[in-house]
Amino acid sequence: MEFAELIKTPRVDGVVLHRPFMPTVEGTLCLTGHHLILSSRQDNTEELWLLHANIDSIEKRFIGSLGTIIVKCKDLRVIQLDIPGMEECLNIASSIEALSTLDSVSLMYPFFYRPLFEVIEDGWQLFVPEEAFKDLESMTDEWRLSEVNKDFSVCPSYPSLLTVPKDIDDESLCKAASFRHGGRFPVLSYYHKKNGMVMMRAAQPLTGTNGRRCKEDEKLINATLCAGKRGYIIDTRTVAVAQQAKARGGGFEQEANYPQWRRIHKAVERSNVLQESLIKLVEACNDQSHSMDRWLSKLEASNWQSNVKEILTTACLAAQCIDREGASVLVHGTEGTDSTLQVTSLAQIILDPACRTIRGFEVLIEREWLQAGHPFQQRCAQSAYSNGKPRSEAPVFLLFLDCVWQILRQFPCSFQFNENFLIMLFEHAYASQFGTFLGNSVAERLKLLLSQKTVSLWSWVNRPQELERFLNPLYEPNNLVIWPSVAPQSLLLWEGVFLRWNRSSKCLDEANQEMVHIIEYNKELQNKVNSLRRQLAQLETEDGPLQTP
Amino acid sequence: MEHIRTPKVENVHMIDRLTPRKSTAGTLYLSSTHTIFVENSEARKETWVLHSLVYNVERLPTNPSGSPLLIRCKNFHVYRLLIPQEKDCLDVLASLTRLSRPECYGELFCFSFNPNLDKELREKAWGFIDLKAEFSRMGIPSNLWHVTAANHEYRLCETYPSELFVPKSAFPAVIVGSAKFRSRGRLPVLSYFHRDTSASICRSSQPLSGFSARSADDEQMLHAIMKSNPVSELMYVVDTRPKLNAMANRATGKGYENEDHYTNIKLQFVGIENIHVMRSSQQKLVDVGELPAPSMSDFLWGLENSGWLKHIKAVLDAGVFIAKAVAEDGVSVLVHCSDGWDRTAQACSLASVLLDPYYRTIKGLMVLIEKDWVSFGHKFSHRYAHLDGDPKEVSPVMDQFLECVWQLMQQFPCAFEFNERFLIQLHTHIYSCQYGNFIGNCQKERRDLRLQERTHSLWPHLWENRAEYTNPLYRTDHSQTQGVLKPLTTAYCFKFWKGMYGHADKSVASHQSPADCLNAVREESQQLEEELSAHQEVPRETDAGQETCPTEGEENFRGEEEDQQAV
Repeated sequence: MEFAELIKTPRVDGVVLHRPFMPTVEGTLCLTGHHLILSSRQDNTEELWLLHANIDSIEKRFIGSLGTIIVKCKDLRVIQLDIPGMEECLNIASSIEALSTLDSVSLMYPFFYRPLFEVIEDGWQLFVPEEAFKDLESMTDEWRLSEVNKDFSVCPSYPSLLTVPKDIDDESLCKAASFRHGGRFPVLSYYHKKNGMVMMRAAQPLTGTNGRRCKEDEKLINATLCAGKRGYIIDTRTVAVAQQAKARGGGFEQEANYPQWRRIHKAVERSNVLQESLIKLVEACNDQSHSMDRWLSKLEASNWQSNVKEILTTACLAAQCIDREGASVLVHGTEGTDSTLQVTSLAQIILDPACRTIRGFEVLIEREWLQAGHPFQQRCAQSAYSNGKPRSEAPVFLLFLDCVWQILRQFPCSFQFNENFLIMLFEHAYASQFGTFLGNSVAERLKLLLSQKTVSLWSWVNRPQELERFLNPLYEPNNLVIWPSVAPQSLLLWEGVFLRWNRSSKCLDEANQEMVHIIEYNKELQNKVNSLRRQLAQLETEDGPLQTP
Repeated sequence: MEHIRTPKVENVHMIDRLTPRKSTAGTLYLSSTHTIFVENSEARKETWVLHSLVYNVERLPTNPSGSPLLIRCKNFHVYRLLIPQEKDCLDVLASLTRLSRPECYGELFCFSFNPNLDKELREKAWGFIDLKAEFSRMGIPSNLWHVTAANHEYRLCETYPSELFVPKSAFPAVIVGSAKFRSRGRLPVLSYFHRDTSASICRSSQPLSGFSARSADDEQMLHAIMKSNPVSELMYVVDTRPKLNAMANRATGKGYENEDHYTNIKLQFVGIENIHVMRSSQQKLVDVGELPAPSMSDFLWGLENSGWLKHIKAVLDAGVFIAKAVAEDGVSVLVHCSDGWDRTAQACSLASVLLDPYYRTIKGLMVLIEKDWVSFGHKFSHRYAHLDGDPKEVSPVMDQFLECVWQLMQQFPCAFEFNERFLIQLHTHIYSCQYGNFIGNCQKERRDLRLQERTHSLWPHLWENRAEYTNPLYRTDHSQTQGVLKPLTTAYCFKFWKGMYGHADKSVASHQSPADCLNAVREESQQLEEELSAHQEVPRETDAGQETCPTEGEENFRGEEEDQQAV
């Protein structure tokens, strides 16, 4: 298919762009296969380059022959384009609509994007399971790397290599897989070096209404327990929801069959509910006319902050079982691809200082989200302005990032990255020139040949000149477990994302610059003083001690 | 001392609300000024609670482990004690209840507080803030404004300062006549003069206009104020009350200015609720903080239901309106409410913070509070319940002002020299009665109490410790520091002030504070600077610092040079 067919009018002159808190720009609007571009053709004025993939929905209005298109983006920005001429406006609108809703993945921009920078370190090689396993082997010999899923037939949403207890053979794994939703049998998610406890994740067991059991599944998870020790199963669903799941063939681990495990139910919302929550929240944030009462009641009604609190609480619980109770943990919800991953990845941020570095966080996303089979493409197909009936869109990843931001805010010195890093990840998960978040699983990504045909986000981010923007000047490596407060008053609205386009960030940016300035000045002084001290010491050894009268 | 029934109780437990298991055992002491809890642990950690900061004491039903006692403080700290014997608990309750409600000024802590300053230093300390100097900083007196002796010995208005600044063109008869037409004689006088535009902020109480009364003197007074801003043909009268309240006042012979009677005035209502509404709103907010394990919905619903942030927004909106009129339109503003000592003080002082960078410094905020609040007769002792009195007089007026400043700090992190801790410290001392500054309800009362001879001033004490109250991001040459602040007052810009209302629970406290980290870094930088300059005082080092590998010959030569210098 040629993009030219979809572009009815490639350019219009005299278009006026309105953006909140920015001066209006008049210029020429151009449509290309992947971008909407507005250029004033004047020096020094900022141009607008918008990926069609970033457009969530559009609205058109007419006053006489002047048409207006409101463009609502997945990064929550809303811009307005005034286009002279009704026909041009209609053409532009329908072109944008067609181009922003392309069905075929292979037509997406990452397949066309050619980087203007040299790829020094290939981001597709950021996480290599074999190497991660070597690290694990240096700490414990109780695990092995299984190739049982090498052709993705046992579990289509899992990667080809999985870490499982050493004593469980591939045949048992297959049987356990047939007992778990989507074949997602329990695998290792995290090994806590401090006490050797582990966190595993899976999908719900398929007990059904007649209480099916699977000896291999029981054996598999029992193999992770020390003799005489009990473990915890954290089911991210409420008891009621888990009960209902039985009717559809799902269910939960019966005490009788898993006597060594204590099951705890939490109430992390399912993905379809989250989408509704996001839409309500963004609607509340975008209405500047709200009175205080209305704003607070809409914020409350959106339930977004409740979701943040529930997810963080569940992650803290998992971390607590491992670190404080000295017990191993199995986490699952229904499919094991959404709430499960929120909980396991956040628990690791709490427990493992490595996850709070830039590299470590990238690896965490690669390992616990991309490889673990979070369906990014489905979940991020639409954002808060989608007007169609939601299919499988849900801000699962955005909620995870929000929770990370909450911890970052409470421990501003314990993360190597800053808020901008999290916002950047949010943007790229929804629309990007990089291939990292395309596809829904490792299998799909291999089929799309992403690592050959597209550039990895990490190849770009990890270049020193880019990284600089994402570094937290206050970072002091901290080897401790960090316990965030989950009290409602400790959890704030993530303004950097939700109010980003509704207020000027100038003063807050200045504050950040000031912070960087203070710390850099300190480093500069330290270097100067150190070099002086060195020289002084050198002088003293060369000349003998200086005489002081 | 006669109020202390039991000076000492042993085996008392201090209970952490969220984790009751983590209670600490210790001994409770009652002194004439403090409740002191000394932990039995090795460290003998002490917790001191000033009696005058106690808001109330509540005894919960006795249970097998003892009698629980709840001490709630005016700075929103809550202490939970478990006392083994019911009798002791009752004694402590009775003692604390009496001690926390002094019946006369003489009982207040400030009269016994003695920080070991000699007489001379104490007098000097009271001169730390000089309001005359502050007016002259604004350029007053000038050819249009001067000081009047009309209120000498407080004969015109008991609750105003003795020195008042008024337009030169207002004759003494006009001043007296205007005072007669204003509630409690609080006539329109200058609060702030904006040099850049010559526009001023004046303040007063409501006029005694009723449905039809008028006063030629008062009309002339306003005209004189308008004329004192030569470039403007207009003047705003900001009535900070909701219009309905102002109208209701007309029935009692008070009310607001009739625009037809005054030349070129524009009346504007800004709708700040009265002290009773604010008192109950804050109580609801505090209750939210005390909810046991609230859900997010409980919290947000409670926050909404309290109405607190709505009121904070109304106060800030009033300040923004006045600042905009003065700075952008160049129009003078007269601000009043009913008596002109609560909402008027809030609106005038907030407008001043927005307009003038000086009031965003540590010293400047002290001056502002001294001017707009202390000298103009904000009823500190009534509002903050210094004495056991009418509970209907109590209201968190100053709390709201401090919170508005805090909300501004969230939007303009580099604009203020002081930090959150400074605001919280001010809040505590407004209630604590440890220093004399906020005792009494007006200047006259303070003079009659001879506070300057009998008590100490808070300001020099805060000034000496200013390092603790400094915002590391503040720089005098920063663009945010300059000029007028124009905050956004959309509902979502207002936040729950956790530092003030959120510390009922220790576990909710911030884990790491970026400001503290930055202050530590800045302190270190300062030491490094000193070390560097110490090195560089020796000329040799200046050069050596830039060279990486000096030759041996030069090295020796310089070495000698330094030896000579050292001698």
